[in-house]
Amino acid sequence: MNTQPILEVKGLHKSFADHHVLKGIDFSVKPGERVAIIGGSGSGKSTFLRCLNFMETLSEGEIWVDNERIGVEKNGRITYPEKQLCSVRERLGMVFQQFNLFPHMTVLQNVMEGLITVKGYTKQDAHAVAVRELAKVGLSEKHDAWPGRLSGGQQQRVAIARALSMEPEVLLFDEPTSSLDPELVGEVLRVINQLAEEGRTMLLVTHELGFAYHFATKVIFLADGVFHEVGTPDEVLKNPKKPRTQEFLRRFSEFAF
Amino acid sequence: MNYVPDFTIVTDNWIVLLRGLWVTIQIWLPSIIMGLCFGFAIAQARLSERKWLSRSTLVYVELFRDTPVLIQLIWFYYAFPILIGMQLSPFAAAMLGLTLNTSAYASEIFRGGIKSIHRGQMEGAKAIGMTHAQAMRRVILPQVIKRMLPALTNRTIEVAKMSSLASVISVHELMYQGRLLSSTYYRPFEILTAVAFIYFILIYPGTFLAGRLEKYLARSN
Ligand SMILES: Nc1ncnc2c1ncn2[C@@H]1O[C@H](COP(=O)(O)OP(=O)(O)OP(=O)(O)O)[C@@H](O)[C@H]1O
Ligand SMILES: [Mg+2]
Repeated sequence: MNTQPILEVKGLHKSFADHHVLKGIDFSVKPGERVAIIGGSGSGKSTFLRCLNFMETLSEGEIWVDNERIGVEKNGRITYPEKQLCSVRERLGMVFQQFNLFPHMTVLQNVMEGLITVKGYTKQDAHAVAVRELAKVGLSEKHDAWPGRLSGGQQQRVAIARALSMEPEVLLFDEPTSSLDPELVGEVLRVINQLAEEGRTMLLVTHELGFAYHFATKVIFLADGVFHEVGTPDEVLKNPKKPRTQEFLRRFSEFAF
Repeated sequence: MNYVPDFTIVTDNWIVLLRGLWVTIQIWLPSIIMGLCFGFAIAQARLSERKWLSRSTLVYVELFRDTPVLIQLIWFYYAFPILIGMQLSPFAAAMLGLTLNTSAYASEIFRGGIKSIHRGQMEGAKAIGMTHAQAMRRVILPQVIKRMLPALTNRTIEVAKMSSLASVISVHELMYQGRLLSSTYYRPFEILTAVAFIYFILIYPGTFLAGRLEKYLARSN
């Protein structure tokens, strides 16, 4: 078994002005691992995920991708060359809560865009990849549709296809179903499940605890800017040790039936 | 009404009107193009996080938007030279006034356009590995331009019309020639009708093409 981590975080801190959101996080992901991150609203789950692919700049700490430290040390200060960040983002695909599809491009163009602009593919090659990825998320019928005409669930599946087209080593999902109508959640979760079966490495921020339980190999409860409790889904979601985790889960199950 | 229009006065003097039209075009196109470029730069300054920069450009924009254009042109011809100690030709004063006026209006159009594009668009582009410049070129600007096109078309038309004000500082453009001819021949009806018609011919194709382009760009809505 390959035990080299794909992604490693060391001593991560993140503050917005004087608001200290992440307070020292150490973490690593190995190939094939699926990590679910849960926690209260405003606890910093999105911020954590966004620090990994440098959508936010770190206040402190190190990110390592494929055993390479991101950033360049210069006179004792660390700088992040754009070229390196672009390569990191290409390797860590991200799917957003709000999809962030390009509204002026068709579904097919959305998926082809990164291949052409970033990877330098020819139109034909990009087209072939986009067709394949859209088939995978079940949207072969929608090639020429405009994103604005699709349902939320379809838009999110296009966004997943767009991320997949770049052949990322890790996929980062930030609450991919939170802005969807309840009846559309299933179609997106099924796609994510299918990616799990392929053995992809994934990090998922979610409020769908039931899905997290079946999906994850590891569950993290984030609170007070640290990883408060980490373990298998059974450990964290069924038999949490810490009172804070128990309290969080109790509030979730309050209205369960 | 027993007035008999005689349009031979127009056909006899068409070369004069044509010369006026040429001057109109010479003021109009450069001042709209330079005004747009300058306006884009001002929009960047308005969006800047440096307070002194965004505030001072705001003052600039408001000065031009909240005073009559006629005053602005006259001011650049009669008052501005006193300030800089150098006489300007009527043409240069008109060009300067129209360019700066356009830049003030255009900067607000650009600023609104850039701000209206959701932050998520830049992130969506970066998340697939695009550089900032690639994201601007491929994702942000196409959407900004599409949104701004109606406003920019309007501005372009406004400037064409505003250029006729340059006649008051005796720039020899179309309106000036028209007024001169009509007072020389006492034939204001024929000549001013012809002048209005020429303005229409000048401006309408632009409106028409912009409408078509807008429809084409709106197909993704
Ligand atoms: N760009 C920003 N500027 C200032 N504060 C921010 C910024 N982004 C996030 N924050 C703050 O950081 C904290 C963590 O936010 P974050 O979005 O990471 O929480 P979250 O766990 O994802 O919450 P949710 O479940 O609501 O999505 C919040 O208090 C938020 O207000
Ligand atoms: Mg969040």
